[in-house]
This record gives sequence, structure tokens and C-alpha cells, in this order.
Amino acid sequence: MTETAAKATAAVAFAPPTRFAVPGRVAVAGEAAAVWQTATITGVRRETPHASTFRFAVPGWAGHLPGQHLMLRLTAGDGYAAQRHYSLASAPDDSGHIELTLDHVVDGEVSGWFHTVARPGDTVEVRGPLSGFFAWPGDRPALLLGAGSGVVPLMSMVRHHRARALDVPLRMVVSARSPEELIYARELGPETTTVFTRAAPRGVPVGRMAATHVAPLLAEQPAGGWEAYVCGSNGFAEHASRLLVAAGQPVDRIRIERFG
Amino acid sequence: MNITRGFTGRPRTENAGLPPGQYDAGDDWPVLSAEVTPELTVADWSFRIDGLVDEPRTWDREAARTLPASAYTGDIHCVTGWSKFGVRFGGVSLDAFLERVRPHGSATHAVAYSHTGYTTSLPLADLTGGRAWIAFEYEGRPLPAEHGGPARLLVPHLYFWKSAKWIAGLTLLDHDEPGFWEQNGYHARGNPWEEQRYSGD
Ligand SMILES: Cc1cc2nc3c(=O)[nH]c(=O)nc-3n(C[C@H](O)[C@H](O)[C@H](O)COP(=O)(O)OP(=O)(O)OC[C@H]3O[C@@H](n4cnc5c(N)ncnc54)[C@H](O)[C@@H]3O)c2cc1C
Repeated sequence: MTETAAKATAAVAFAPPTRFAVPGRVAVAGEAAAVWQTATITGVRRETPHASTFRFAVPGWAGHLPGQHLMLRLTAGDGYAAQRHYSLASAPDDSGHIELTLDHVVDGEVSGWFHTVARPGDTVEVRGPLSGFFAWPGDRPALLLGAGSGVVPLMSMVRHHRARALDVPLRMVVSARSPEELIYARELGPETTTVFTRAAPRGVPVGRMAATHVAPLLAEQPAGGWEAYVCGSNGFAEHASRLLVAAGQPVDRIRIERFG
Repeated sequence: MNITRGFTGRPRTENAGLPPGQYDAGDDWPVLSAEVTPELTVADWSFRIDGLVDEPRTWDREAARTLPASAYTGDIHCVTGWSKFGVRFGGVSLDAFLERVRPHGSATHAVAYSHTGYTTSLPLADLTGGRAWIAFEYEGRPLPAEHGGPARLLVPHLYFWKSAKWIAGLTLLDHDEPGFWEQNGYHARGNPWEEQRYSGD
């Protein structure tokens, strides 16, 4: 770390004279994020026709909190490299392994490699964990809204909640095109409400996430209030965050991770 | 070098304008703000410069209109990896605002803050010399809300998280006070050509 960076971290954070500010949740270890580490694929699990979970051995992994992401890099023979961000899907543990869940983006440079070439034994590079803003240490009541692969960092929170048997309230609303496209379907429990936008089982309505999904959860009013985490495409993030605001969730208690 | 088995990547394009590790997003303009897009009207918008200046001052949209118009045509680079080429922003050069508040010689850094409370820190030198703007327009039209409208800071030679959306003000300081992403592990300066993504880069 340079001298200026060290000084910067020591300085008191600037508080803007504006309506609200959403503080980060955890201090971030700059050193861990700066180093590229080798991650070896140890297993692949199909979640849906378009998404798979990849398990990696990362012996030097510094540990993470649910909600954090990493930077992943693939390098071609001529030195050309492509790097993308991916959320940690696994809950923090000391297994020396992490899991990522990747959607297969049509013609996607990085996700395409994972879905058509990658197999156990292959190595990639990762750096992280990154960003403390979307992290959930398991302290505050958590209201999670996700769509598509946006469920990935939220599932890390759900898994953490279960693994530690936390009693702080946690609720999740996830949106998928259809039951077949619902990532982690088998793992979702009573904490989760599902919304299907294109096709649903008989008797289940089809449509966008709506006030009717969000309002009953906000009405629960856990002690200290909900910390809301919204993740998905920009279109979903805009829609879901507006639903929350309209239902009375304070804007400074909404954290948004947009996958672009 | 750690070669990935079977990875060839996209066809290589000769693009001298592309900083290391970036790709050309083409017509896409991803939105990556971490907060709720505010409902901020032009009438509600204001921009203030204070801190180490002779004459702190606040502008509304009408007052900003009296300053000379200035445009930026060029490229922008996001730390998540995309770059966007040949974009055109219309607004006012930050030099024009700074000229009127007269920064002290002791001012070395600034914190830019948004109407949402978002903050980002920059060396003052990156905000002067015709390299930074307050942008009101994109491609000849009012800047869309999700991209920071009515007005955003524009510092196109640094990663785009420095170009605070819904810009509300600058406070000039004699030291660096890390802003939102800088406190979240991102680099103090963020020069894409040196790939300064995270602190420690
Ligand atoms: C914080 C964060 C967390 C994320 N977490 C996840 C996650 O958990 N799971 C997940 O699946 N995704 C996640 N993403 C999205 C992920 O980073 C990638 O954007 C996604 O996997 C697509 O990458 P790709 O290389 O497969 O596709 P790309 O090759 O990047 O393609 C994406 C789109 O851009 C176009 N494109 C890109 N580059 C070019 C080019 N050079 N020429 C032409 N067109 C181009 C493609 O046509 C396509 O439409 C996350 C993103 C962020 C920012």
C-alpha cells in the first residue's frame, strides 16, 4: 500500500450534507484484493438449463462475507486476458473452496468458456473478495430481492443464515422466467417467495415482482428495520428498488448490486 | 503467465483507445449505481463548491447556464471492464465553476458528493485544466436519470465511478478523504491506463 493510500484509510470518512448516505458494511482488505490467486475447478453442478455452479479450490482464499464478489480472469495463449466480476455463491467457511454460479450469456466470452470448455482440474485466476457495500455480516434483518443470476449473492446470505443458525429475520423474494430457470430451486425454503415472469406451474400466477410481494414483508417490521439487498439486471434493480421505496423502505437502507 | 486451457477469447481488435483489461461495450451503457435512482428534478438540482476556497458558492440550473457551455467528445471507462467510445456530453467545464470560487493554494484534493449521498474523492489536479465537467446532456439530450441526470460530474480520464451521478457539490481539502468506493477498497486515483482498480494496484 502506498503512503497516500494508508493515510486515506486512516482519515475520517467525509459526510456529505445531503439527504442520505448508505455506508459500507465492512472494512475491505486492500491487500487480499490486490493479489491474483489460482483457483482450480473441483466440481461443476448444473442448476438450470442456462446456469451452472462451479466449485473452486483456492488455497489462499482470505475469506469473504455473503454478498461480496470477486474478479475472475481468463488468459489466452498469446497473453490476451478477459476479466469479469462474479458474486460469491457459497457461504463463508474454512473449506479452502468457493463457489460461483454463472449464467450462460449467449456469445459470452467468459461465461461461454465456463459453459462449453471448463472441466474439473482447469485453473483460472481470481482476486478478492471485493467491495464491502453489498456485504451482509449476518447482523441486521435482511430483506433480499433478486432476479435471474441476481439470486447468487443473496443465496450466499441465505446459506450463511442457515449454516450459522442465525435468528435474525431473513426473507427473500426471487424472480425467474419459469420454474426451470429458477436457480437453486431445490435449496429454497420457507424464507423464500418465488415470482415467475413467463411461465409458472398450474395455479400460480405469472407476472412481474409487484407491491403485493413486497408489502407483506415490509409490514413485518423486524426490530431495527430491514436492510434491503437488491440484485439483478439494471432493469430489475430499478423496478425492485422502486417497489421497496413505494412500500416505505428508507432509501438509505437499500443496497443495490447491478450486474449491468 | 497463467494460461487458461482452451480459452482463446474474442478476436483481437487493434484498438489503441482501449486501456488494459477493458472491452468495448459498443452501444451498451451499463448502469452500476449502488443506490436507488433518485427522483431529482432540474428545479431541485443544485451544485455547490466549498471547503478551501475564497468564495463558497451554490449554483442552480439557471445560474449554471450563465457559464460558458463546453462539451466532451471521447471515451469513458468503467472499472467493471467496459469502455464506451465516442460519447458526447454537453455541460460546463469545472474550470469555469472553480474560477468563480477561487481555490486556495493549499487545496490538493476534493470530495465530490451526490444528491443521494454518494461520495468520491479526487486529486484536485484531475478536476482542472479542461479535464472535468458538470454534464447536463448526453448525445444532445438531457442526461437520463439512471445515468446521473439532471447533472453528473464527468472526469473521463479516470474510471467512471469518479464521475459522480446526481452531483451536488465539491468540497476542496488539503488531504485525501476516501469516498464511497474508495472506502470499499477501490483505488484513490483510478487511472484506467495504469489499471488502478483497487487500492494496492
Ligand atoms: C458485481 C457483479 C457481480 C456479478 N455476479 C455475477 C454472477 O454471480 N453470476 C453471473 O452469471 N454473472 C455475474 N455478473 C455478470 C458478469 O460479470 C458478466 O458480465 C457475465 O458473465 C457476462 O460475461 P461474458 O464474458 O460471458 O459475456 P461478454 O462477452 O461480456 O458479453 C456480455 C454482453 O456484452 C457483449 N459484449 C461484450 N464484449 C463484447 C465485445 N468485445 N464485442 C462485442 N460484444 C461484446 C456481448 O455480446 C453480450 O451481449 C456480475 C457482474 C457484476 C458487475
